[in-house]
Amino acid sequence: MLRVFWCVLLRDLTLALRRRTDVLTTLFFFIIVVSLFPLGVGTERQILQILGPGVVWVAALLASMLALERLFAADYEDGTLEQMVLTAQPLSLLVLAKITAHWLLTGLPLVLIAPLVGMQYHLSDDAILIMMLALLLGTPVLSLIGAIGAALTLGLRGGGILLSLLILPLYIPVLVYGAGAVTASGIDMADTRPYLALLGAFLVAALTFAPLASSAALKISIE
Amino acid sequence: MLAVTQLQCKRGDRLLFSGLDFAVAGGTLLHVRGANGSGKTTLLRSLCGLFTPDSGEIRWKGEPTRRLGEDYRRDLLYFGHLNGIKGDLTGIENLRIAATLDGDRVEDSAIWAALARIGLVGFEDLPTRMLSQGQKKRVALARLILSKAPLWILDEPFTALDVGAVDLLETLIAEHVAHAGIVVLTTHQEVGLTSGQVERLHLGG
Amino acid sequence: MASNWFRFAAPASFYPLAGRMIPVFWILTGVCLLAGLYWGFFQTPDQLGGSNAQKEYYRIIFIHVPAAWMSMWLYVVMVVWAAIGLVFNTRLSFMMANAIAPTGAIFTFLALWTGAFWGRPSWGTYWDWDPRLTTELILFFMYIGYIALHSAIDDTRRADRAAALLAIVGLVMVPLIFWSVNCPDPNQCAALHQRSNLTQIEGNILFSMLAVTFGFWMYSFATTLMRLRSIILTRESDNSWVQELLVKDGRA
Repeated sequence: MLRVFWCVLLRDLTLALRRRTDVLTTLFFFIIVVSLFPLGVGTERQILQILGPGVVWVAALLASMLALERLFAADYEDGTLEQMVLTAQPLSLLVLAKITAHWLLTGLPLVLIAPLVGMQYHLSDDAILIMMLALLLGTPVLSLIGAIGAALTLGLRGGGILLSLLILPLYIPVLVYGAGAVTASGIDMADTRPYLALLGAFLVAALTFAPLASSAALKISIE
Repeated sequence: MLAVTQLQCKRGDRLLFSGLDFAVAGGTLLHVRGANGSGKTTLLRSLCGLFTPDSGEIRWKGEPTRRLGEDYRRDLLYFGHLNGIKGDLTGIENLRIAATLDGDRVEDSAIWAALARIGLVGFEDLPTRMLSQGQKKRVALARLILSKAPLWILDEPFTALDVGAVDLLETLIAEHVAHAGIVVLTTHQEVGLTSGQVERLHLGG
Repeated sequence: MASNWFRFAAPASFYPLAGRMIPVFWILTGVCLLAGLYWGFFQTPDQLGGSNAQKEYYRIIFIHVPAAWMSMWLYVVMVVWAAIGLVFNTRLSFMMANAIAPTGAIFTFLALWTGAFWGRPSWGTYWDWDPRLTTELILFFMYIGYIALHSAIDDTRRADRAAALLAIVGLVMVPLIFWSVNCPDPNQCAALHQRSNLTQIEGNILFSMLAVTFGFWMYSFATTLMRLRSIILTRESDNSWVQELLVKDGRA
């Protein structure tokens, strides 16, 4: 089981490293969106501090969703996805490995770049720390839920836009508590604990159910 | 070994075939024939479990394949219209991953030998997107050499292959049948099988 | 007799049955809506009681609340049919789910629209990020997503099954979304809508609301069955019974 998980994970990481631009575009998309907001709403310190958490989370939502379109599409086009469905392994395990690789390539960089973005918005050190923690717990949930949508819209014309229509509403709980945690850190650090606990609970629930739902969706789409 | 009863498949709202019955024993090649659009590919995909038939049952060793699940897929090798290899990976990497996912432990030397036999000496370490169409197909066909699965389902395996590769593939199929394996295939050309049993199934009309 | 009931799971035998039922549901719709609205406009108190004195405009409740109820109820019904379709692979249940979606979306839109008209005089704004409002909006997106996914896929079988799975995922997520917008700060919770309790509602108001709800329900039956009949005809157009029907009606 673990050997197969590693095999698919390493495969996807190798493939991504041979096509580095795909990874970097997501990251730069995130940075650009976040950097555009101050130009639109004004650069006043107080406004930015209020807007910061929400902007970062909405940008993270959009960035993770942009990358989702490619999660299964490449494997679908060259037939390797079909072969994965036919291997003697539980499909949900393979899907989980693919989602993990996807998160390592698109979610984790966002977590690591967060301090830089936090400084753009004059967030305090505490707020930046909470933001990194919240992103660390929240972005995997985005990848997991998004995988269901990516599997459902596999190979459709205009799949990317449809994907956002289906998936963005489902991201709301993560958005509410992810951004809420950062805002709460400005008042009292102890207040942030329930937020992070909820995000953790979402992560556990998503880890349990999302791979099953995505593999069911893949089987429907591949017919 | 492989038995199909009262199989009915629809594609969209169009009925492809219904009431299909056949059984294939070990050591047999089943040649599925029929005009374009008669449902050959759909039948093969149904046999694999990639397509859910509207009604009917497919049994492997007496058990419905739906219930066998992973145990059935372990005995199965499917070769479809798409090669199922990654263009950014080398031939060696592609085959190694395929073997791991099939649950086989295959030595690297065996993979090199398989690629040599399929006629890709000197191309093992190139990303497969640099290869020609026929060579890509050869990489995919090397899975047949490495596989231990008793049931091969091959959809148009001969297209885009040159004469040498066609001969080699015919030899591989003959060897597999001689070792009591089952091959179900579609092709527009006659398969020259010197030994073993060849059965024909005609779809449509 | 169980076999008698299962007979209607086949589109060919359900089609005429639905045709006979539609007029009945339309009559029930008319009667209930007329009764409910008449009672609601002329037989209920002019003001909602006590310290919270709302004026005549509260009567929009007779459309607003039944529409909101139906929008949620229809989503559940749609998911049930979709799930039955996924489990038992029955074509008719997928068609049923597919036929319900537009009616559900219309009720969701109606609830949002009337809510905005009610919100203006009572809250002083057309829109507020109130939990129930926001969730109703999300529900609207869910319906739209279902319809969009279904129409984006050409192969009807894949469309049915993919949209069904999406609807089920949506049903799991909607309560979670409601809970998260209802309580954005887990340390304390608040909401703009009043807490409601059916037993505290004045009898005449409750009667009209229930009558309109029942009328909407019958309306949903009627429109769903009509839509279902046209879906059956489209999808089964190759079958002999449809051809015979068309010949009989002189349309082919």
